[in-house]
Amino acid sequence: MMNLVGQCAFALLGKLGWNQIPRNPIEAGGAATIVCGVLFIVALVTYLHRWKWLWKEWMTTQDPKRIGVMYIVVALVMLLRGSGDAILMRLQQSISVGNNNGILSSSHFQQIASAHGTIMIFFVAMGLMFGIINLVLPLQIGARDVAFPFLNATSFWLFFMGMALVNVSLVLGDFSAAGWLSYPPLSELRYSPTVGVDYWIWALQIAGVGSLLSGVNFLVTILRMRAPGMTLMKMPMFAWSVLGSMSLVAFAFPILTVTLALLALDRTVGAHFFTAGGGGNAMMYVNLIWAWGHPEVYILVLPAFGIYSEIVSTYARKRLFGYTSMVWAIWAIVLLSFTVWLHHFFTMGAGANVNAFFGIMTAVIAVPTGVKIFNWIFTMHRGRISFRSPMLWFLGFVTTFTIGGVAGVMMSVPAIDFQVHNSLFLVAHFHMMIVGGVVFGYFAALTYWFPKIFGFRLHEKLGSIAFWFWLVGFLVAFIPLYILGFMGATRRLDHYDASLGWQPLFIVAGVGVVLIGIGVGFQILQLVVSIWQRNERRDLSGDPWNGRTLEWSVPSPAPFYNFTKQPVVTARDQFWEDKQSGKNRVKEYEDIVLPKNSGLSVVIASFAFLVGFGMVWHMYWLSLVSLLGIIVTLVVRSMNEEPEYTITAREVEKLEHQREHQLKEYEGLV
Amino acid sequence: MKQHRKIILGAFVLCLLLLATTAWYLGRQPVPVLQPAGPIAEKERNLIIFTVLLSVVVVVPVFSLLGYFAWKYRESNTRAAYSPDLDGNTLAETVWWLVPTAIIVVISVVTWRSSYALDPFKPLSSSKPTLHVQVVALDWKWLFIYPAQGIASVNESAIPVNTPVDYELTSDTVMTSFWAPQLAGQMYAMPGMSTQQNLMASRTGSFAGWAANISGAGFAGMTFTVKSMSDSDFNNWVASARHTNRKLTTTQYAQLANPNTPNQIAYYSWVQPQLYNTTVLKYMTPSTTKNMESNT
Repeated sequence: MMNLVGQCAFALLGKLGWNQIPRNPIEAGGAATIVCGVLFIVALVTYLHRWKWLWKEWMTTQDPKRIGVMYIVVALVMLLRGSGDAILMRLQQSISVGNNNGILSSSHFQQIASAHGTIMIFFVAMGLMFGIINLVLPLQIGARDVAFPFLNATSFWLFFMGMALVNVSLVLGDFSAAGWLSYPPLSELRYSPTVGVDYWIWALQIAGVGSLLSGVNFLVTILRMRAPGMTLMKMPMFAWSVLGSMSLVAFAFPILTVTLALLALDRTVGAHFFTAGGGGNAMMYVNLIWAWGHPEVYILVLPAFGIYSEIVSTYARKRLFGYTSMVWAIWAIVLLSFTVWLHHFFTMGAGANVNAFFGIMTAVIAVPTGVKIFNWIFTMHRGRISFRSPMLWFLGFVTTFTIGGVAGVMMSVPAIDFQVHNSLFLVAHFHMMIVGGVVFGYFAALTYWFPKIFGFRLHEKLGSIAFWFWLVGFLVAFIPLYILGFMGATRRLDHYDASLGWQPLFIVAGVGVVLIGIGVGFQILQLVVSIWQRNERRDLSGDPWNGRTLEWSVPSPAPFYNFTKQPVVTARDQFWEDKQSGKNRVKEYEDIVLPKNSGLSVVIASFAFLVGFGMVWHMYWLSLVSLLGIIVTLVVRSMNEEPEYTITAREVEKLEHQREHQLKEYEGLV
Repeated sequence: MKQHRKIILGAFVLCLLLLATTAWYLGRQPVPVLQPAGPIAEKERNLIIFTVLLSVVVVVPVFSLLGYFAWKYRESNTRAAYSPDLDGNTLAETVWWLVPTAIIVVISVVTWRSSYALDPFKPLSSSKPTLHVQVVALDWKWLFIYPAQGIASVNESAIPVNTPVDYELTSDTVMTSFWAPQLAGQMYAMPGMSTQQNLMASRTGSFAGWAANISGAGFAGMTFTVKSMSDSDFNNWVASARHTNRKLTTTQYAQLANPNTPNQIAYYSWVQPQLYNTTVLKYMTPSTTKNMESNT
C-alpha cells in the first residue's frame, strides 16, 4: 500500500519532496529573501489595487519601449542578486584561510559562483542589452515598432521565466555547482546527481530561445523597417552595432540550444553525448559551448560599442570620426568572433598547429577593436566635450577596456595562456571586458536615453558620484586579481592555505566590491531622488543633450506611436542636420496601425516555465501537458485575425494637443 | 587650473605609493608564475614580459591621447578649435589600421613560434634520460605513478633536478587541470584521454601545484608538491617509497579513488602493472562503462 502511494507521488511530483527545501541557515536565508521579495511585491500591488493596471499597461503590452523598461527592471533586480552572490564569494575568500573554513560549504560556494556567472551574463547583461535595444532601436531608425511585436513580447516573457526558474532553485532543490558553463563530466548525472544542473539547463534553454527569437526580430526590424531614405550607410552607429550583434545571435544561439538539449538528454534519458565513458566526449561539449560562448561576448559588447559611438559624438558635439571604418570594424569583429572559440581551452592539448591558429585569430580581433578605440578618441579631437555622466562612463570604459584588452592579447599567446588559464588573472581580464566594456556602456545608455522614455532627466551629480565609486571600486576589486593570478590563485576556490600570501589581496579585492556596492547605492539614490524631483527635471524639449539622431526629434517621453508621421532621411545625423539647417518640422498626422495588447505571450512563457520545471523535477506529465498548452496557445493566436488596431490621424492630433498642453503646464511649474 | 594641478599631482603620488606598497608586498611573497624554476616556465615568463612591454606601444598613446583630448577639448575651453563636421582623415585612419596590424603581426610570429617551442607534448632535449611519471587525477587527490621505478605517491612528486620529466596526465573522475606554475603552465587531465606536460626543474626546491579546474566539492584542497632534488636524494626518495609496505593493488586503488578517502600524502612500494593504461582505457570500452555505472 505504502509502495503504491509512493509510486503515485513519484508519478505526480517526480523528485520533488519536503526534503528539497534548504535547511542550512545561509541557504535558507537566500530562499527566504526570494519568497519575501515576491510576497512583498504581490502585497504591494494588491494594496495599491494595481493588478489591472499591471496587466493592461505592462504584462500584455506590445510596445517595445515598455518591453524594454521591463527587461531593464528585471536586469537591475538580477544585478542586485548577482552582486549579492559576488559579495558572498569575496567574503568567503577573504576569511576562509588555513584553519578557518569561512561561512560557506564548498558545494554552496560553487553553487553561488555558478549562479553569479549565469545570472550576470544571461539575466543582467543580456537583459540590459535587449532592454536598451527595445527602447532605442525602433525610434532611432524611424520605425514605430519592431517587425514582430507579439514575438518580441514573447521573447521578453521567456527571458522572464528563465530568470524565474533560476530563482526558484533557491527555494526548491539547489543550483548547479559545476561552473557557469557546466562542463561535463562534472555536470553529468554521475557527478552532479541533484537537480542543480537541470535548473541551469532549463533556465538557459527557455531564456536562450527568447534571445534567439529576439535576434531574428531585430534583424528583420533593421533590414526591413528603416525610415524611407535611411540607407544602411546612413544608419546611426548603434543600429549598425545591433545589426552585427543580432547576426551573431542568429548564428550562435542555435548552437547553445542544441548543446543544452544534448546535455539534458544525457541527464534525463541516459544518453552518452558528453559522459565520461560510454562513447561520450566531454571535449565536444567544451567546443560547442564556446562556439556559442565566444560570439556571446561580442553579442554583448557590440551594442555597447554602438552606444559609446552615439554618446561620444553627442557630447563632443561633433560627427563620429571614421564612420566607414567603424562599420567595417563591426563586421570584422562579427566574422572573427566565430574563429576564436578554442582560445578558451588551449590547455586541452589540441597541439601546436591548432593552438597557434586560434591564438593568432584571437590577436587579430584586437585590430578592429583598436581601430574603434582610436576613432572614438578622435571623435573627441576638435570637439566641445561636456562631461556628463554618460561621457564619464565612456572614459572609464576606454581605461578599463584597454587594460583588459592588453591582458586579452597576452592570453591569446597559447604559451602564456598555459600559465594564466583558469587563474584569477583570467577572471580579472574578462570582468574588465564585460563590466568595463558592456556594463559601463549600458549604464551610460540608461542615463543617456532615460529622459526619452520617462520624460525627465536623472540627477547628474549623484550619477557622477556613482560613477567614481564604481570606477575606483572596480579597479580596486580587479587589479589585485591580476596579481593573484600570477601568485597561482585559481578561480572558484572556496579555501586556500595561509602560507600563499593571498589573503591581503583578497581583502583588498573585497574592499573594492564594497566600493562598487556604494556606487550601486548612489545609483539607487539617484533614481529615487530623480523620481522625487521629476517635475523640476522634466525634459520639455525632447532633446536634452543636443542629440543627433531621430529619437531626439520626438518629444519626451516618446509617444507610444513614436512618430506622428514617419520621418524621411537624407543624411547620417538627420536630426542634427535638420537643426543646423534650421528646418522646422511641420506637424503632420497620419493614420497609425499598431498591434493590440495580448496576454498570450505571458501564457506561452508560463507554459514554457512549467515545461522546464517539470523536466527539472522529472514530472513528465507536467512538461507534456504544458508543451501541449504552448501548441494550443499558438494555434489560438494564429486564429486571431485582427491583431492590430488603427488610430486615426484625428485621434493622433488630439493626443498631440493634449501633450502640448501638458508640456505647457510643466513649463509653468518650472 | 591650480586646483586641477594639485588633484593630478595628488593622484600621481597616490599611484606611486600604491605601486611601491604592492612591489614591497610582492617582494616578500611567492609569485610562482613570475619566479620560474625551470626552462619551460622561464620562457613562458619571458613571453609575459615581452607582451607587456609590447602593449606599452598601444597603451601609452591611447591613455595620453584620451587624457589630452578630454582636457583640451572640454566645453569650457572656448579657445580650442571646434570642427563639428570633421568626420574622418584617411591618413590617420590608415595609420591606426596599420599600426595595430603591425603589432599583431609581431604577436602572431611570437605565437606561432612559441606554440611549437613550448608545446607541452614536446620532449625536452637533454643528455640525461627522461623520467616518466604518470599522473591520475582522483577525487580530490593527485596520484603519481613512476612506472620505471615501480612506485607511486599521492600529492607529492619527486623529480631529479636538471632532468627532463614527462608527466602523462589522465583523470579517473571529472576533468581537471594540472598546474605547477614554477615549472610549467597547465594541462587538462581528462577521463579517457592521455595528455602530456614535459618540464624540467633547473634548481632544487619544493614547488606548489594546483588543480586548476573546478572538479567538485574537494576541488580547493586538491594541491600537490613537486620536489626537485639531487639525483642521490631522488634515489633515496624512491628507496624510501619502496620501503613502505603499502601496495597499490586494484583494491587499494579503488580505496584511494573513493572521494571519501582523505586527501593526504602517501607512498606505495608497488603498483599494479598497467594501472595508468587501464584507467585511461576503461572509459573507452563500452562493457566496463556499464559495470562502472552500475557500481555507482
